[in-house]
Amino acid sequence: MMFESLSAFLDMGGHGPFVWSAYGIALIVFGYNVVAPIRHRKSMLREVRQRLDREAP
Amino acid sequence: MLVAGVVWALGFVPPDYQQGHTVRIMYIHVPSAILAQSSYMMMAAAGVVYLVWRIKLADIAVQCAAPIGTGLTFLALITGTIWGKPTWGTWWVWDARLTSTLVLFFLFVGVMALRSAMSGKASAARATAMLALVGVVNLPIIKYSVDWWFTLHQPSSFSLIEKPSMPPEMWVPLLVMVLGFYLFFFCVWMLRIRTEILNREYRSQWVRELVR
Repeated sequence: MMFESLSAFLDMGGHGPFVWSAYGIALIVFGYNVVAPIRHRKSMLREVRQRLDREAP
Repeated sequence: MLVAGVVWALGFVPPDYQQGHTVRIMYIHVPSAILAQSSYMMMAAAGVVYLVWRIKLADIAVQCAAPIGTGLTFLALITGTIWGKPTWGTWWVWDARLTSTLVLFFLFVGVMALRSAMSGKASAARATAMLALVGVVNLPIIKYSVDWWFTLHQPSSFSLIEKPSMPPEMWVPLLVMVLGFYLFFFCVWMLRIRTEILNREYRSQWVRELVR
């Protein structure tokens, strides 16, 4: 471990805001990339079911 | 893999003698930049497959790679500016590599916009595949921009033929992150492709059986 304490870890040698905002944005981009396709799949399944029901005689 | 890479990059990598702790941003910036270009290459390759053999799945692959690639390019650009501020003293310069990466971002956006703007499915597929293909000229520009115009962005951190100039305790976690990013990309790509196949093949028997 390169840091002695938690506060030193959060501070990142005075560059804390830069490092943590970069990691935060990365987390958001990754989270979106996981959540969006899963939600899209669910809504697509629903839509396909509706389309098939509508077309069924 | 990503979790291991992040813990390693944040907690155990020694601070750079020049950059200090901001070097930890590189563990996101470099893999996302590599993946941004690599995903564009895969998208363009799928475009070629579609144009030559008219395989529908290739068109789906193009369609599904674009939003992920946009996100990765955005991440590469934004982490680059965040890193640039404390290191170079500026958020943005019109350096060759930064500019060509911005062009890459707009290419991804353009591929998505073009598809949604065109009405016919087949013509939209053809046009986006063409655009993806034409945009490939930008990739060597990004790659060699640091050698052709030696401005602010430093040369590549990795090369396939040479030994890394960094000590192993710095590049091994970087490699872990790059591989993690690749796996992540393929994972979410397949997720999106599955959904899109459902959308296009909804009349087929297997989809009927699946939704019932």
